[in-house]
Amino acid sequence: MTAQYVPQLINLCATVILLLSFAMISQRRIVSLINLFTLQGLVLVIASVLLGYATHQNELYVSAALTLVLKVVLIPWLLHTVIRRLNVRWDVETLINIPTTMLVGIALVIFSFSLALPVSQLSKSIAGGSLGIALACVLLSFLMMITRSKAVPQVIGFLSIENGLIFAATTVTNGMPMIVEIGVALDVLVGVLILGVFLFQIREQFDSLDIRHLESLKED
Amino acid sequence: MEALFFVLGIPLLGGAALGLLGHRSYARDINVVFSLGTFLAACALTAEVISQGPVFALNKQFYVDPLNVFMVTLTAFVGLTTAIFSRPYMRVEQDHGKMTPPRMRLYHGMYQLFSCTMLVGLTTNNLGILWVAMEAATLTTVLLVSVYRTPASLEAAWKYFILCGVGIAIALFGTILLYMAAEKIVGHDGGALLWTNLDSIKHRLDPNIITLAFAFLFIGYGTKVGMVPLHSWLPDAHAEGPTPVSAVLSGLLLNVAMYALLRCKVLTDGALHRPLAGQLMMGFGLLSLVVAAFFLSRQKDVKRMFSYSSIEHMGLIMFAFGMGGAVANFAGLLHMTVHSLVKSAIFFTVGHAAQKAGTQVMSEIRGLIKVNPKVGWGMMLGVMAILGMPPFGVFASEFLILTTAMREQPWATPFLFFALGLAFASMLARVLPMVFGETSLKPLAHPPALVPVFVHLALGLVLGLYIPPYLNQWYVQAGSMLRSAGG
Repeated sequence: MTAQYVPQLINLCATVILLLSFAMISQRRIVSLINLFTLQGLVLVIASVLLGYATHQNELYVSAALTLVLKVVLIPWLLHTVIRRLNVRWDVETLINIPTTMLVGIALVIFSFSLALPVSQLSKSIAGGSLGIALACVLLSFLMMITRSKAVPQVIGFLSIENGLIFAATTVTNGMPMIVEIGVALDVLVGVLILGVFLFQIREQFDSLDIRHLESLKED
Repeated sequence: MEALFFVLGIPLLGGAALGLLGHRSYARDINVVFSLGTFLAACALTAEVISQGPVFALNKQFYVDPLNVFMVTLTAFVGLTTAIFSRPYMRVEQDHGKMTPPRMRLYHGMYQLFSCTMLVGLTTNNLGILWVAMEAATLTTVLLVSVYRTPASLEAAWKYFILCGVGIAIALFGTILLYMAAEKIVGHDGGALLWTNLDSIKHRLDPNIITLAFAFLFIGYGTKVGMVPLHSWLPDAHAEGPTPVSAVLSGLLLNVAMYALLRCKVLTDGALHRPLAGQLMMGFGLLSLVVAAFFLSRQKDVKRMFSYSSIEHMGLIMFAFGMGGAVANFAGLLHMTVHSLVKSAIFFTVGHAAQKAGTQVMSEIRGLIKVNPKVGWGMMLGVMAILGMPPFGVFASEFLILTTAMREQPWATPFLFFALGLAFASMLARVLPMVFGETSLKPLAHPPALVPVFVHLALGLVLGLYIPPYLNQWYVQAGSMLRSAGG
């Protein structure tokens, strides 16, 4: 593989990550949602490795390994365990109006691209143009969290935001300082564990994982 | 430099120790001992910074200057007094069956770790670590908010986690952009996220990137400050958890988030040569102030009311820093100090009052001054102080903010007066019947620890009457660090 193909391959990865974000928005089955999330993590790892190969920065390999362990192995495993124990593995969520959500998603992508364009031109990195895609992934994950009413898809949306952020850090700046990346990874891991505890507490208290039960604290 | 390691190490060690022993009956005292150790180390650190100037540590990853050392001491101090308050308070909660031994262990362990994350956030020089510490502070408190496992507390904790998690994710995006802007100048290995480095090159940072970065950082850390369109998690999270947690969340964590915002503002001002950051902070600060004053007048739950009061004061502080200038920065820092002290004191008394009444609904809490005069007086004086009555310190800082606003931003004056007046009238109308009025409440089994309340109020009073010269100099110095950036 010659280095000239690397930027194109990274752009391919960026496109796949964006497509996976759209796929997650429209996915009704919880188990498939986790698989899509795992796949997104895997593409992220590939992008980091490619960039590390092209720029000869060993830090990027470490960052890729961190993502691999956390986002592809550990967190999906935890999520699978949780949904099996909670017995929501085969739950199908009724999503209202997938086409409208998709259209809003496209509008978000256009918005992110126009926002990121003047900035990404200034990036020195070979994959600097991916900033728009990273921002779009973050916003699409927000959209997913807004449209879902079950707790587990919200958690996955939350984690998918982190994917977008890591992709931004990798492509635009060739990775944050190592100590920060480790700190972020640690926070994500602890966050997932706490959210897992929460899911059980919510289930125990409300007999359901529908977060529409969590709307009683309002100003009246 | 050793003092800094103790400041960070003692609460970390405390978290580990109490994670193991937190369910024992003596854990309450261990909690106080560790908090006291942290406070003493913070005092030593302050002395060091005052005598020798800014301190670096660990390969420049930590940096203590007059701006953050004052907040470190405040954080350690309120952490100590809250630990003292929590001794009898949590004992009563345990007797009422609301806290079980495993929950006590969680509470004590997380209390120390929470102190640790706040102190790391305040002392770090690396904006990435600052982000990590802010997120960790959310993580350590989220299980404390839901510790009673009631439906309301679970809902509050879920909202707290999701909204703050999303908010802080936006701040990380801003941090990445900031890193991108700095990396172009100092290179990949040049410590491009170290605040001191960024501060020295801030005039050369690319204005386009910094504008976008500040927008993200402002939304992100603004969520944690409780800025108005993004505040809906705050009253829930501050009202549903145990009262000591409410006191530290309202009194300390909001300050740390404000501190993060200030550090980002300094860089933005330097890079942009126009007061974009200040204008945003003034606008949203004022919005928070006015909206919170309206919500405040409609509350039935006592802890929710004081949570809205925290949003109101954070709005005022944000407005003050937005104006910039020597006097406004001085007033903002002073207001942060007195708000921390007075608001945590109020939460202490509110905690005891709610425990006596068995409810947080204000219409059912009556005649505190007859059941327990100290709790009653503590709440009355605390509320007078927070409403800005002279001679308390809040009056001094609000007076300075108002007069500066009249001179420099006259358009804002009516909003400020209106919001402060509305808050005054509605809060006093709620609190007077709670303190005076007829009652059938019974005294508590364990005498409440009210020393922290009166110590806080006394300090708030002293800061209103006479600011000692060294403290004055400290404020001026810290304020000028914020200002020099604006120029």
